[in-house]
Amino acid sequence: MTAGLRVENLKYRYGAKEALKGVSFTLETGAFGALLGPNGAGKSTLYGLLTRLFTTSEGRIEIAGHDLTRHPRAALARMGVVFQNQTLDLDLSVRQNLSYFAALHGISGAEATRRIDSALDRLNMRERAGEKARALNGGHRRRTEIARALIHNPDVLLLDEPTVGLDAAARRSITDHVHQLCAEDGLTVLWATHLTDEVHDPDRLIVIHQGQKLADGHAGDLRGGMDLSDYFLSLTGAQA
Amino acid sequence: MNIYLTALSAIVKREALRFVHQRERFLAAMVRPLMWLLVFAAGFRAALGLSIIPPYQTYITYETYIMPGLCGMILLFNGMQSSLSLVYDREMGSMRLLLTAPLPRWWLLFSKLCGSTAISILQVYTFLAVAALFDITVDPWGYVAALPALIVAGLMLGALGLALSSFIKQLENFAGVMNFVIFPMFFLSSALYPLWKMAESSPILRDICAANPFSHAVELIRFALYTKLEPWALLWTLLALVGFMLLAIWGYDPARGMANRKG
Repeated sequence: MTAGLRVENLKYRYGAKEALKGVSFTLETGAFGALLGPNGAGKSTLYGLLTRLFTTSEGRIEIAGHDLTRHPRAALARMGVVFQNQTLDLDLSVRQNLSYFAALHGISGAEATRRIDSALDRLNMRERAGEKARALNGGHRRRTEIARALIHNPDVLLLDEPTVGLDAAARRSITDHVHQLCAEDGLTVLWATHLTDEVHDPDRLIVIHQGQKLADGHAGDLRGGMDLSDYFLSLTGAQA
Repeated sequence: MNIYLTALSAIVKREALRFVHQRERFLAAMVRPLMWLLVFAAGFRAALGLSIIPPYQTYITYETYIMPGLCGMILLFNGMQSSLSLVYDREMGSMRLLLTAPLPRWWLLFSKLCGSTAISILQVYTFLAVAALFDITVDPWGYVAALPALIVAGLMLGALGLALSSFIKQLENFAGVMNFVIFPMFFLSSALYPLWKMAESSPILRDICAANPFSHAVELIRFALYTKLEPWALLWTLLALVGFMLLAIWGYDPARGMANRKG
C-alpha cells in the first residue's frame, strides 16, 4: 500500500543553525499522525518543507506516492493545508474564501458549489457560508480553513498547530472533527502541536525536539502507564 | 476552463474584491495625482516654458504635459502598494496559501501581477475622467490607444513591486525601500519635465532619466494618448518587464527566495 506521507532523512539549516537534522517517518494511508514538539523543535520548518514554501536538497518528501521535489504539482494537488496563521480573507464571505481556493485548484462553477457545500457540511459550517470571515469567532474561522483544505478532496491533510489561540471547547471540537475525518474518510493527517491533550492513544505519535526525532509509535504504547504530558516532558527534558 | 485560467480569473477577482473593500486606498490613490495636476501643475505652469516637442503639435499647458506622468505615477504607486500587500500577505500567511496551489509558481505570480495591474488601470481611467472634468483632455481615440500602453507599463511597474517584495524580509523595511525606489524613479524621469529641459541643468541627470525604465513607461503612455507609438519606449519597457519578472520569479524560487526566512 502507498504511504500517505513519507519523509526521509530530511535536513534543513538556516545559515549555521541546523533546524532539521535528518528527520524520517512514514504515515500509512488513513493514519492520524501527531507531530509533538516544544516551540522551536523544527515543526514549522518541517511544514515549510512539506508545503514547498521552501525546499532542501537533503532528504525526500512523498505525498500520496508523489515525490514533492520531482513532481511538485501532483504532490501539492493531493495535499490540504491548514497553516498556523489564519489565512482567510476577512473581508470576504466564507463562501468567497472557499471559492477562491477551489479555483486555485482548478475547480469552478457548479462543481465548486457542490464541493464547497459538502466541505462546509462536513464541518457543520453550511449555515455560515454567507457571513464575512471577520464575523466568525476563532473556532469557526479554523473550521472554515479546514473545510477549505478539504475542497479538492486531498489524500493528506497537514495542520500546523491549528488550535493556537482557541478556547478549550473550540480546541476539543476541532481536534475531534479532524480525528473523525481521518477515521471516516481515510484521510492521512499530520497534526503538529505542542499540546499533549490533543493526541489520542491510538494516534501515531512522532516527537521531535531540536530538529531530531525522539520517538515514533502509537501514543498509547509510547506513554506506557505514564500520562502523555509527563512522558513528553521526560523525553524532551532529558534532551534539553 | 483549464486550471491555469480558472486560477488566473480567481486571483484577479480577489484583487478586485479586496480593492472594493478598501475605498480609502482608492481615494488616496486619486488624491495624490489630482493634487499634482491641479495644484502643483498650476503653480509650475508659470515657471516652466515648454517648447513644442513630439507627440505634441502645438504649445501645451504644463497640466497637459504632466498628465501621462501622473498616469505613470498611479501605476508606480500601485505597483509598490501591491508589493507592500504581498509582504503583508506573506507575513500573514495568505501568500503561503497561494503558493501551495498545484500550479507553477511563475504562473501564480503572473496572475497576481495581472490582478494588481487591472486595478491600477481602473484607477488611471478614473483619474483621466476627473482630469477631463477640468478640461485636461486628449482625443477620444487617445484614451483607447492608451490602454495597451497602460497594460505594458502597469505590468512592468507591478513586476518591479513583485521583485522587491521577494527581497524584503519584514514589513518594517518597506518604508525605506519606498523612499529609495518610488521617489528616485518618479523624480528622475520625464514625468514632470521633458528630458531636454533636464539636460539644460545637468547632462548626467538627463542620462539617468533616460535610462530610467519609468521614463520610458511614461513616454509610452504619453505617445499612446496621442495615438502614436514610440517603439524605443515600448522596447525598453518590455525589457524592464521581462527583467523584473525574472527577478521576481528568482526571488520567489522555493529553493532560494523564502529559504532564509524562518516561520
